[in-house]
Amino acid sequence: MNWKKPLTVTLTSLLLLGAGCGKKSPASQLPPPTGVLGKGVISGKVTFKGAVPQAAKISMDADPACQAQHPNPVYDESLVVGPQGGLANVLVYVKEGAAVYAPPSTAVTLNQTACLYQPHVFGVQVNQPLEIFNQDPTLHNVHAVAVTNDGFNVGENQNDKTEQVFTQPEMPVKFKCDVHSWMNCYGGVFTHPFFRVTGKDGAYQITGLPAGDYTLVAWQEKYGFSAPQKVSLKDGGSASLNFSFGAP
Amino acid sequence: MKPTAPALFHPRLHRFALVVMGATFLLLLAGALVTSTGSSLSVPDWPLSYGTLFPRMTGGVIFEHGHRLVAGTVSILTLILVVAVQRTESRRWVKVLAWSAMGAILLQALLGGLTVLFHLPTPVSVCHAGLAQIFFCLVTTLAVVTSPSWIQESPGRLAALDPSLPRFAAVTVAAIYVQVLLGALTRHSGAGLAMPDFPPAFLPAEWSPLVLIHFCHRVGALVVTLLVSLLLYRVTRAGAGETALTGPALTAGLLLWLQLFLGVMIIVTAKAVVPTSVHVITGAALLASTWATTLKCFQLFKPAPSGAGS
Repeated sequence: MNWKKPLTVTLTSLLLLGAGCGKKSPASQLPPPTGVLGKGVISGKVTFKGAVPQAAKISMDADPACQAQHPNPVYDESLVVGPQGGLANVLVYVKEGAAVYAPPSTAVTLNQTACLYQPHVFGVQVNQPLEIFNQDPTLHNVHAVAVTNDGFNVGENQNDKTEQVFTQPEMPVKFKCDVHSWMNCYGGVFTHPFFRVTGKDGAYQITGLPAGDYTLVAWQEKYGFSAPQKVSLKDGGSASLNFSFGAP
Repeated sequence: MKPTAPALFHPRLHRFALVVMGATFLLLLAGALVTSTGSSLSVPDWPLSYGTLFPRMTGGVIFEHGHRLVAGTVSILTLILVVAVQRTESRRWVKVLAWSAMGAILLQALLGGLTVLFHLPTPVSVCHAGLAQIFFCLVTTLAVVTSPSWIQESPGRLAALDPSLPRFAAVTVAAIYVQVLLGALTRHSGAGLAMPDFPPAFLPAEWSPLVLIHFCHRVGALVVTLLVSLLLYRVTRAGAGETALTGPALTAGLLLWLQLFLGVMIIVTAKAVVPTSVHVITGAALLASTWATTLKCFQLFKPAPSGAGS
């Protein structure tokens, strides 16, 4: 029997199938960075309205190395509400009005510690390095589920470090570990540095804004995007914008 | 032309073919568990796992690397089966079948690697699932045609009773395979709960690509139910007393109802791991038992050309 033809057809099909799967980010069409930092400040608080649902307890019994690091119960981080109703882990950012800024050379750090991502929500600029560490005595895979950017999935043993870069703005990018199903976090990729993640009290402060008209949005893991809010800033001026999620 | 030696029954070869078939069934279960537990990308590299042959077995790695280990074992078993067939079989087409199985499992490994490296593209994952079923049918065929009931049978012995039965059985098995592919598409495109209600309204209230895929899988279940029921009726009528024929056909009939029940349970439990995984392997068992029935239908009911052997 002549095996050459079926073999050639099979290998060609596989190559085509593989080539069809390779997703590439579109070539960066961002304008050159022209942004100059100013002295304007926008600050405020993000609050949760309504009855706070009970956070689910995370079971880490799939990996004893994770479980051993948590003598106390660990709870789901998708909705963290402080005592005054402040909502943590909300990414507040300038959606419109900011120029394109050159990325800082310093990296944003994402740690895998005690089988949780720290921070749970973060922001990074386009082309700014993102360093991902595994500080756990077990292995993790870091799986970025990106849509506009190229996603990635890298394995890390203990003390491994990976550096990644996103080339396009995207909001949000989900990160997950498929080894430990409870591990996930979210990142926002921006063309400027005007973003902050709220702390436990729900407060945020965005600094360094030049004078201009801005549209701000807040994003929360469970509730998604808030309604946009507009604000005008004079040079060195300040403004306060509050957001809320939960019951309307 | 050199005359072909008559086929002989080799008990050890047949038993080993059954072992490979059983191991393949376990491989299908291991593969189903990988997707059902969401562990498909827990090992991001291929062919190694975290740069080694044996990573720390924890969390999702247990399922994904476990699947690779079982796949490796089945590949080795298939190679041994190929060698055994080459050494003992006189029928050339059986040798070709064995080599086809070997080619299929190697191709299957490549598809598995591709789907991991490219982060589970739906077309590749569906091809991986579809080829798994073809491989299972290939090793099932080897188990059937090396059995004494096949080798000692007179081809076309019942041809006068229901000559169109082989064609109907072939249509049934083709329909099941299409349904298996639709199931794989439902599973890998995330359409498993696109129609979340049961008992369902026959037509969904709103249409989307995922709803359409899910709907086609439900319609496919109706078509398969009808065809398998008719096949069972015709087989038990025309082949009464032929246990090598009615056995797999009755098995297919029982598996059909189990499969329908599991399909409902997937909806009711919102894709719990156990019903979802068992649904995959029951589908494979239904396909394989209907395929075995079809093979036997062709042997018994298709008029044999003069001078044909087994």
